[in-house]
Amino acid sequence: MSLVHTVRSETTKITSTRLWWVLALIMVGYVGLCAGGLGAIFGGLGTNTTGPVLPDAQIPLLIYSFATSVGYVFPVLFGALAVTSEFRFQSLTPTFLAIPRRGVVLTGKLITLFLAGAGFGVLALIASMGAGAAVLAGFGIDPLLGDPDTWAFVGRSLLAMALWAAIGVGLGTLVPSQVAAIVIVLAFTQFVEPLLRLGSTITDWSAQIGQFLPGSASDALVGSSIYTAMSGTTSVALEWWQGGLVLAAIAAVATLIGSATSWRRDVS
Amino acid sequence: MPTGVPIEFSGLTKRFGSVAAVSDLTFTVEPGQVTGFLGPNGAGKTTTLRMLLGLVQPSAGSASFGGTAYAKLDSPLSTVGASLEAASFHPGRSARNHLAVYAQAAGLPKTAPDAALEKVGLAGYANRRVGGYSLGMRQRLGLAFALLGDPGVLVLDEPINGLDPEGIKWIRLLLRAMAAEGRTVLISSHLLSEVQQTVDEVVIISHGTLVHRGELSTLDTSDTKQVQVNAADRDRLAEILREAGYTVSNLRSGVLVDNAEAGEIGRLAFDAGIPLTGLSQKRTGLEESFLTLVGEEGSL
Repeated sequence: MSLVHTVRSETTKITSTRLWWVLALIMVGYVGLCAGGLGAIFGGLGTNTTGPVLPDAQIPLLIYSFATSVGYVFPVLFGALAVTSEFRFQSLTPTFLAIPRRGVVLTGKLITLFLAGAGFGVLALIASMGAGAAVLAGFGIDPLLGDPDTWAFVGRSLLAMALWAAIGVGLGTLVPSQVAAIVIVLAFTQFVEPLLRLGSTITDWSAQIGQFLPGSASDALVGSSIYTAMSGTTSVALEWWQGGLVLAAIAAVATLIGSATSWRRDVS
Repeated sequence: MPTGVPIEFSGLTKRFGSVAAVSDLTFTVEPGQVTGFLGPNGAGKTTTLRMLLGLVQPSAGSASFGGTAYAKLDSPLSTVGASLEAASFHPGRSARNHLAVYAQAAGLPKTAPDAALEKVGLAGYANRRVGGYSLGMRQRLGLAFALLGDPGVLVLDEPINGLDPEGIKWIRLLLRAMAAEGRTVLISSHLLSEVQQTVDEVVIISHGTLVHRGELSTLDTSDTKQVQVNAADRDRLAEILREAGYTVSNLRSGVLVDNAEAGEIGRLAFDAGIPLTGLSQKRTGLEESFLTLVGEEGSL
């Protein structure tokens, strides 16, 4: 009962400030540009026999997967900011006054941001598939929009984006400082993890570990990514459902630790 | 009409490391009156209120509303309305949305935010982002949050701070009216003069310890009664009074006589044929008693 109220309240919280559409706008532009740009490159290469050529059937999903492979940072940020802004603006006081059961509040936040992450996923896919399909069609490559595999990919991508937002919530409870949380998200997703993933492919045993990195797990869940395409077909990867479980586990562990620490502390 | 329940503090204690911010506070706040929770800055008022509201975990003791701890209340916002000193809102959110967030969390009717804004006189600013609000408007918004669920108990931390004279008069009348309806009203302040005309009862703490509680009038415990008296011939007047055995000191506008009754001083002057230009009984002010209570503790 009060969980329904909490989700409603948390939904109003995230929709009543400008943050969501500012982030969504940047994400749509970024993802659209990447998908359209790579679509144009592949389209151009397709007519050029000297370049490396992927099978035509793989190209559309690779391009559409920019929604998650570059877009995932936005739901993470959104989820983290939904928590850290409560600490920053001391709005935990009225929140806990309205619902003194703190676990209920955090659960409601997790559910709300999970759904919001899926919402970001919808926008990111509209951007990547809209720009990508238009460019591919322009070069005469079948955008595979009628293929059931494409729509299974869409479903898995939405799940990935939703899980990323949940991971953001967990991170926010672990690192309540807004600036620190933003720095961690950007540094890890844009710099640290890509390097780790690249480095882990060098030996077999490190590749076994590397597949559990959150970005790798996410790509495994989605089933296609520019990163996996770059590292070649021999790289190890989790099954799609294993990738989903890894992301869910990261979100759950981070949130549980956060709920036992920063979330339990005195609010003053 | 929601009626208030008593607020009960029982041995409430909060230690930060080895420092006791609040020590063994035990008192009850009754419904139907306005109780002032007074003490200098840093005396532990806010910590006490945050413990009462379940935001800070007490080191020992407990606080309850009619026997129920805040966290165990069925519908907290409809039982207790609280506004704490810190500006607890996202500056990018409008006042209406700010209140809607918490009305939804508490399962209150959709009309609650607008009704609360109406009560505090912010209805015209409902869609403005709170970041642009003045201090006085923020105070009113805090009060609107407290009134959201039409609760029987009000707990307000420094509600008068930052209000203009008109606002002070308004909140005074509002709180008096709420108490008259049978609600429990507890307001904190570091200035007695700020709440003197609003409260019936006072609870005074200093360094986290209860130093006085009772009706406002009991605060005036001073035994020394002074009379301020003036005459055209001030020297002659002082001389007569000294001869009568009084201790006299000069003021800018007359002389001050210790341990005296105005009637007696008037009779002495009359007998001596000195026309008085002023005669008044001076009571040691409430403020002075207050400062004595908290000041002596403060100098320890």
